[in-house]
Parts: sequence; structure tokens; C-alpha cells
Amino acid sequence: MLDLKHIPLGAAIGLILTALFLITAIFAPLIAPYGLGEIVGDVWAPMSSQFLLGTDNLGRDLLSRMIFGARTTIFIAVMATALSFSLGAILGFTAAVVGGWLDTGMSRFVDLLMAIPTLIFALVVLSVLPSTLLTLILVMGILDATRVYRLSRAVAVDINVMDFVEAAKLRGEGNGWIIFREILPNALSPLISELGLRFIYAVLFLSALSFLGLGVQPPDADWGGMVKENKDGIVFGIPAALIPAAAIAALAISVNLVADWVLNRTTDLKGGRGNG
Amino acid sequence: MAKTQADSSDLLLDIRNLRIEAKVYPPGEAPRTITLVQDVSLTLNKGKVLGLIGESGAGKSTIGLSSMAYGRGGVKITGGEIILNGRDIRKGGTQGIRALRGREVCYVAQSAAAAFNPAHRLMDQVVEASILHGVANRAEAEKRAVALFRKLSLPDPENIGQRFPHQVSGGQLQRVMTAMALCSEPDLIVFDEPTTALDVTTQIDVLAAIKEAIRDTGVAALYISHDLAVVAQVSDEIMVLRHGKLVEWGGTRQIIKEPRQEYTSALVSVHEIAHEEKKPDASPFLSVRNITAAYAGGKIKVLKNVSVDILPGQTLAVVGESGSGKSTLARAITGLLPPEQGSITFAGRTLANRLADRSRDDLRELQMIYQMADVAMNPRQTVGTIIGRPLEFYFGMGGKERDARVAELLDKIEMGRGFVDRYPAELSGGQKQRVCIARALAAKPKLIICDEVTSALDPLVANGILKLLLGLQAEEGVAYLFITHDLATVKSIADSIAVMYRGEVVRYGPKSQVLKPPFDAYTDLLLSSVPEMEIGWLEKAISGRRMASAGN
Amino acid sequence: MSSPILKLIAQRVALGLLLLLAVSVLIFAGTQILPGDVAQSILGQSATPQALANLREELGLNAPAYVRYFRWLGGVLTGDLGTALSSRQDIATAIGGRLWNTLFLAFWAAIVSIPLAIILGLLAVRYRNGWIDKTISGLALASTSLPEFFVGYLLVYFFAVKWQIFPGISTVYDGMPFLERMRAIALPATALTLVVLAHMMRMTRAAILNVMQSAYIETAELKGLSPFEIIRKHAFPNAIAPVINVVMLNLAFLIVGVVVIEVIFVYPGMGQYLVDHVAKRDVPVVQAVGLIFAAVYIGLNIIADIAAIVANPRLRHPK
Repeated sequence: MLDLKHIPLGAAIGLILTALFLITAIFAPLIAPYGLGEIVGDVWAPMSSQFLLGTDNLGRDLLSRMIFGARTTIFIAVMATALSFSLGAILGFTAAVVGGWLDTGMSRFVDLLMAIPTLIFALVVLSVLPSTLLTLILVMGILDATRVYRLSRAVAVDINVMDFVEAAKLRGEGNGWIIFREILPNALSPLISELGLRFIYAVLFLSALSFLGLGVQPPDADWGGMVKENKDGIVFGIPAALIPAAAIAALAISVNLVADWVLNRTTDLKGGRGNG
Repeated sequence: MAKTQADSSDLLLDIRNLRIEAKVYPPGEAPRTITLVQDVSLTLNKGKVLGLIGESGAGKSTIGLSSMAYGRGGVKITGGEIILNGRDIRKGGTQGIRALRGREVCYVAQSAAAAFNPAHRLMDQVVEASILHGVANRAEAEKRAVALFRKLSLPDPENIGQRFPHQVSGGQLQRVMTAMALCSEPDLIVFDEPTTALDVTTQIDVLAAIKEAIRDTGVAALYISHDLAVVAQVSDEIMVLRHGKLVEWGGTRQIIKEPRQEYTSALVSVHEIAHEEKKPDASPFLSVRNITAAYAGGKIKVLKNVSVDILPGQTLAVVGESGSGKSTLARAITGLLPPEQGSITFAGRTLANRLADRSRDDLRELQMIYQMADVAMNPRQTVGTIIGRPLEFYFGMGGKERDARVAELLDKIEMGRGFVDRYPAELSGGQKQRVCIARALAAKPKLIICDEVTSALDPLVANGILKLLLGLQAEEGVAYLFITHDLATVKSIADSIAVMYRGEVVRYGPKSQVLKPPFDAYTDLLLSSVPEMEIGWLEKAISGRRMASAGN
Repeated sequence: MSSPILKLIAQRVALGLLLLLAVSVLIFAGTQILPGDVAQSILGQSATPQALANLREELGLNAPAYVRYFRWLGGVLTGDLGTALSSRQDIATAIGGRLWNTLFLAFWAAIVSIPLAIILGLLAVRYRNGWIDKTISGLALASTSLPEFFVGYLLVYFFAVKWQIFPGISTVYDGMPFLERMRAIALPATALTLVVLAHMMRMTRAAILNVMQSAYIETAELKGLSPFEIIRKHAFPNAIAPVINVVMLNLAFLIVGVVVIEVIFVYPGMGQYLVDHVAKRDVPVVQAVGLIFAAVYIGLNIIADIAAIVANPRLRHPK
């Protein structure tokens, strides 16, 4: 649906980097030179040909941990985004098309959830629940679904009042045709771009939780947790904590570049050829 | 087109070989430059009014704004001279241009409601330019503004300036904007479609007020409009433009009585479709009986006790201004807004009030065409899908059978089979409306509801659509419920007419009877407000109206 | 003139209070009704049934949930936030000084970031599509993708470790001289500023741009007003409300950002207090601090809405 010949430079860089991160995550065990928990050298050894990024606070190879960390971070973020997206988009579309008390009820509840800052709410919940992968994905996915709900509902409400949808209703079409054939194709562009933004948010959110010690628990490694493990080195001038932090930033910026491009390319509702 | 060169001491504005370009950014393509106005020259003498007329995209607003050296958005004046009061304003620099704007040339926009700053009182905005350019001090300027308010027949001229824009109606706001333009006593005012957004009965008052103000103050004007009949009322000369080029330029009488160019004659005769009224011989197949409908849970009554009949193969036109309830009538008939009281009988049986309770066949028999064709079609579907869906849905057609029928329908709307794979965005305004007509026809309906289907279109295109609709009626025997605010359209297409006012049908019957005196007060007002392509019509209409109100 | 406005504001405040009440229910429910037993999580898996029962009794966990909720709410309303499980300290006392520290930090970050964001936003609008605009927009896009700790540790690495200008750990104590205190919060305040600046600037730019594209700006231009006059007389009065809105929303943003920043710089504020006690599963503290954060957040949103109401001429001067 996108014209790949006219990618601007920024978006191309974003696409390539995103792809690289994904490949790293998928083939982590094949790429990583050392094992995840393997202690291979001194504590905080500097970068060398043996340890390309040096070693961490326990003497484990930082590069290997970065590669495995990519896997954990991206996996949880993808799952949480998938959950928030399917939940938010389906409920949002339904609310817009069905309307009435269902819409009012769900929208008020979402308002309520959004009245508490997400991080604070997550901390409150995590004070009771154990920090397992499943909990993290559920908490992040459900809290983030509120944003997706708002967006999909707003987009669908806008489209739902357009004359072509009214024409379909007058024809006698059912809700299925209206949601999937009339509304969805026109709502796709803003939603795809939002998908990218939600993914970035999930990465940043997970990293923040792990950094605070409430996300992924050792011995598993994710980038946010690695920042936490190595943060004490900073005061000794050891930049090991900055590397996973920079990786998070690089992943987020890459996806942002792609999402921004998708949004700019396809915001118009005119549709038609070569445009979606 | 030859113009006798006026005495140069009278010459106010002299535009020579104007060229205006704009940079456009089509999505996914490299930005490119398009030419909006090409080699247009005009002269305007002091105190004279030149009408600029053309369809959308003719470049008339762009030319008008060029007299203030202003280009909207990415629009740039790239060539030619604009000589105002003897000097080329393009050479005056930013300071020079700023000094002439609001002082020598003022502007009246189409939508005064948007053109006034919502945060300031009207008076502060009206006198702003006068004070800025040192034409008058505040006290003088306010005095002058009040006098102008009075001249423009605004209610409560002493105090209306203390109001905020949102506290004043659209027609009044348009007059306040005219007062704002006149306040700094400019040499030239650019009127950019000042009455287009108004209802027809309001338009005539504003038009008369503008004309009087121009006459009394001796200001020159460029009057921009797409409606030749309106322009003819206020202009001394008319310039016809198309695609940014000059078509014809001459005195008002010559343009409307003896047009020399084919395009101009088409514009002049646009409203003249001969349509013989059909005899009301058959019995109605759709009867609306005593319908009452309301929005907001019964609080706002929009239809009050409305009854109309529609005869097979004939056209009922429902006329009224905004807020008359004419579109609501369509929503009630289609079931989108179930009426509170009354009933609709269709083919001898009572039609369910709610859309959801109607049978698929009932839905098929009633089709609808909308005002805005571009939002009435799903932008992600091709013409083939759009027209083909009713065929699948109602008749279960598929494959070759459906494709053949789609092609047949495309022929009927005079577009041809090549359009099957096009998306709506790739069609012109008129073509879009034609596809909507084909979609309605595909269902083989008994009745098509046409909701202002021509009002968003340029006059010539609208004319084509009306002719097509009439032709299809003769061929297919379909009936139309034609909703419009435009009486000229009604005359061209209707067999019977219902005049609506504030939710009620105030006059109803066969066309010949409805349009024959004696009229009721509202129909009289409505009919006398429709501009006619006739010099002096405005004065006649206004004086007729004054006599009527004196007689009452 | 003012009665419909007062009514609207009263409605908005009432709605805010109602929302806060609902939030308190949600926070309470989030910690009490979710699967996972508080007593169990405090004592761990190896706790004896007797110890569990004793703790449940002590925490009042045996009463029905709604009774416990109203008991808690009544306490909150009278200023009694309960006792911390881990330290047996009175929560209200512990929070007092920390709340002040957090507000001090947020205040200085806001003082720097708000004018900076508005000035940069104006510059971007003034030179729209020029290199200034593009640079600012590009940096804004990048910095919305940066995690707070990246910014934070980068500052520590250079300013505290390499160049040793500011302390990397922000120790503050009662009676600390003002200048020393300012030196201590220099880095966390800078980090917070950077975290909210880009977002605030982008939104300011959009808000002002929206106003600048209105038809009445064209009217002013066609009256011959200078660009400065147009902005001062015609754009500014209409841009105040959206800009205040942007500022308030971003202050709400800042309140959340404070949590991570405080942990990075080991700053004794509310955020660190919250994180510490989440790790200790100290539910009363988490509830109290969570409620305070939510109250500040809701309060800022109410102020944003009230600003929009007050600045709307349609509401100030009804028909």
C-alpha cells in the first residue's frame, strides 16, 4: 500500500534499523557470542576485540546480553502492543458503531482509567501482583488499550457519520459489512501509524518499569533492567549503562521515523490509487 | 472585448498581464508549480464596479486578492504589473503593500463569521484599519462606523458594535464586514462572494445594502461571484474567467444580453431547462401523512404535521431555506429519523417507521443521492464496486452478469466503461455525482430522494446533472423527491412543489399552481428573492417588497 | 455575564472531584481485590498460616472490601494516610517533606521548560518550514523517543563524572541553603526539562499554527497590520487557551516523569518513595502516594479545562 520507491531518507534509515533490531531479536541465540548468564571476564571490562561492548557489573559479555535483551524487550513490547491494539480497536469500533449505553459506559470507564497516570497505575497494580512476563504484558496491554480505544473510537465515529456509511445503512447492510468494508479500510492509515507509536510507548514503558526494578526480573535480561544493573558504574565513569539506554532510544527513534512517514503519507481520506 | 481606454485621471486599477502561480504538494509526488492565472489584464475606473465571474478554479478570488498583492497559502504573483492609483504595488515593498491594505483597498470575505476575530468586539475590529492608517481617530472612526451600520440597515446601529461576532447573525455579520471595509474610506473594495453563504431571502437584503453603500460612497469594487445573476445586479462591467484565463469582458448588458463567447452564453442560459409539467393523473404510490418529527428527544420539533404525495414517474420538489426541515423530511421518509406521529404509506401498505424494521425490498425501492458526492462514496472502493454492490446485495448478481450491468449503468450516466476501475478521488465533481446516480439506479428503485444534489456543483455541471436526471426519469419511470433551496432548479425539474418554512409545508400543489399568484407571504418572499438575469431586478424586487410591507 | 461561566466551572470542578472519588475506588480496588494476597506478599511464601492470619487481622483484611474502602477514604479525608507496613511510620509525616521536595524540583523544571517551549514553538511557527522549524521538529521527534534514564545518565556521565560541574546524586536536607539546593537539583531539573520540553514545544507549535491559519488572521493581514501586531492583537488572545491547555497537560506529564528522574538522581521525593514501597509491597504507602499523584494529575487537567472555558469568548459573552 505504500510506494516504496519514494521513501524519504529518514524513513529508509528507520525501516532498515527496525528490521535489524527485529532480526537480532529473532535470531538472538545464533548471533550472541556468549551465553546470557555466562560470566566470561572481569567486572566492567572495557571494550575489546574479545568483548565488543565490554562486560557488565558481574563480568558477563555486554553484547551478548544486549542481543538477548533485544529479544525480551521486543517480545514483551510486541505482545503488549498486540493486546492493547486488538482490545482497544475492537472495543473502540464497536462503541462507535453500536453507540448508546454501551458506548457511554465504556467511554466513561476509559476516561476513569486515563485519569490516573499510566506509570502510577502500573506501579499500584505491580505492588500487589508478581512481576511475571504475563502480568507485565497484561498490565501494559490493558492500560495502553485505553489510548487505542480513544483513537479508534474517534476515527470510527468520524467515518460513521459520513454519507457513504449512511448510504450503506440505507441499503440495509449489516454491522459486519459496515465495520469491515466501509469503516476499517478508511481507518487503517491512522491506526497503522498509531501502532508504531504504541509500540514505542510499550518499549519505553517496559524499560522504565525494569529500570525501576519492577519489570523483567533477573536473571532474565531486558534493556531497561540492564541499565539498572550497570547504573552504579556511571559514577566511576563506566558507560556500560548508557549502551542499553542508547539501544532503547535507537529502536524508538527508528520506529518513530517509520510511523511518522506512514502518517504523513496516508493521512488524507481521499484514498484512491497509490495511496492506500 | 475591445475596451475604450478611459481617461487616465479616472483610472484606479490597471492590471497588466497578471500571472499567478502556486506550489502544490501532491501526496507522494515531488512538489510542482501550477499556474492559477495566466495573462489576465483588467482596468477599473474610480467608482465603478467590475464583476468577476467563473466556476471554481477560474482564478477569480486569486485575481481579486492580487489587487492587495496578497496570495493565499502558497500562491505567488509571478508576473505582470498591478498599478493602483498610478503606481505598481508589486514594487512598493512590504511597507508599501502594508500601507495600501486596509487603506486604499479593503476586503469583504465570503464567510464573515470566520473572518471576524472571535475574541474582540465588532466595533474594535471595524475601526481598526482606520485608526491604524491614521484616517481617523477612534471617536471619528466609531461615529463613521455607526453611520455605516445605519446605512447598511443593521438593527440597533448605535450598539451593535459592542457585540461579539458570535452574537450576530450571518447576514448581519456580512453587512458589518462591508461596514468594516468602507470605514477607512478606501478607493477599492474586493467583495469575495459576500452573499454566497447566505439564504436566498437574506442574500437579497445584503446585496441591496452593499449596492446602496457602493453607490453612496463612490467606492470602486471588484465583485467576485459564481452567480451571474447576482453579479449582474451590482456590476457596471463583467469579466468572465475560466481556468485562470479571460473568456470575455464587457458591459453588464452586453454580457447577459449579447454574450459573444459560447461559454458565456452557456452561463447565461444555464437555468433554462424546458420541462413540461406532467399531469397528476396517476394515484400516488408514496404518501406522507401528518408527519411530526423531532430531534433531541422530542425537544426540537423540526417537522410539524407534514403531508405530501409522490406520483409514479414524477418529481416532487421540496423547497425551503436552511432550517426549514426539508432534509429532515427525507430522513423521516428513509427511516433514519423515525417520526413521532403520522405515517408513510408505500405501494398501498404502511411503511415501518424505523429503518431496521423495513424489508430489504422496501429499502431497495427508496434510494438516495446526496449533496456532497465525494463523501457519499467510500474513497477506498472503485466505481465498479460502488455501483456493483447494490446489484449483489439486492439481486444477488455476480461475475459477468454484474459487470455487464455496471457497464450498462455507466453508459446510462454518459460516462462509459473505462471508469470501472477508477477511485472516487480520480473523478471530477460532476462525475462523482453521476456515479452516485448510477448506484441509486442500480437498485431499480421506484423513488430516488435527491438531497441538494446540484448545490455543491458549478452551474454548468449542475445543469448537466439535471438534464441527466430528467432523461433517466423518462427512460426508467423513476420518481424523484427533489430537495433544494434553489428555485431555479425547481422550475427546471419539478412536476409538483412543496414549499417548506420552519418545519411546515406552507404551499403545496402542481408546479403551475404553486408558481401562480396569488401567493402566500412566504412563497412570495422566496420567489421574489431569487436573482434573475435581468438588469434592475434588484431594485424592482426591493421596491416590490417595500410596497408589500407598506400595504400590510 | 459570568453566571453561565461560573456554572460551567463549577460543573467541571464537581466532575473532577467525582472523578477523583472514582479514582480512589479504582486505586483501592487495584490493590485489594486483584488476585494476590497482601498478607502473603508481605510475609512471603514461607509464612506460617498463623502469621498470615495475624497479619490479616491486623491489616483489617477480614472486613468486607467496601468497609475497608470507606475506612481508608475517611482516613484520607481527615489527613490520616495510615501507617507504612515496612517501617511502621506514619505515612502523612513521611510524605510531607518529600512532597515538598518533589514540588520544588517540578517547579524549577516547569519554570525553565514552559517559557522555553513557548518561545521555541513561536520560533517554529514564525519560520515555518524553514530550517529552524525543521531542526526543532526533528529534535522534538527524536527526544520523544528517548527514555528518561538515557537523558539522565548522559547528564550524569558528562556533567557529574567527566567534567564534575554538578553533583550526580542530588542530596537535599532540611535547612539546606537555597543556592546549594539549586546546585543539587540542577541535573534532575535539566533532565526533567528535556523530557517534557520537546513534547510541549510540538504541541505549542500546533496550537499556535492552528490559530494562525484562521480566516481572521488573513483579515488582519489584509488590514495592513504588521506581523508583530497580528500576533499580539489577533493571534495571542485566541492562542492563550490552547497554550495553557498544552502547558497543563505537560505539567501532568512532568509529574509522571519525576518518578524515574528521582530514582536516577536518588532524590528524596515522592517518586522514589513510591518506587521503594512498591518493591517492598507496602500497600498503604502505594495507595496514598498513588492517590496524591492522581489528584495532582486530575487537578492540572481541571485547570486546563477551566482555562479553556474562561478564554472562550462565546462563553464569556453569551448571546
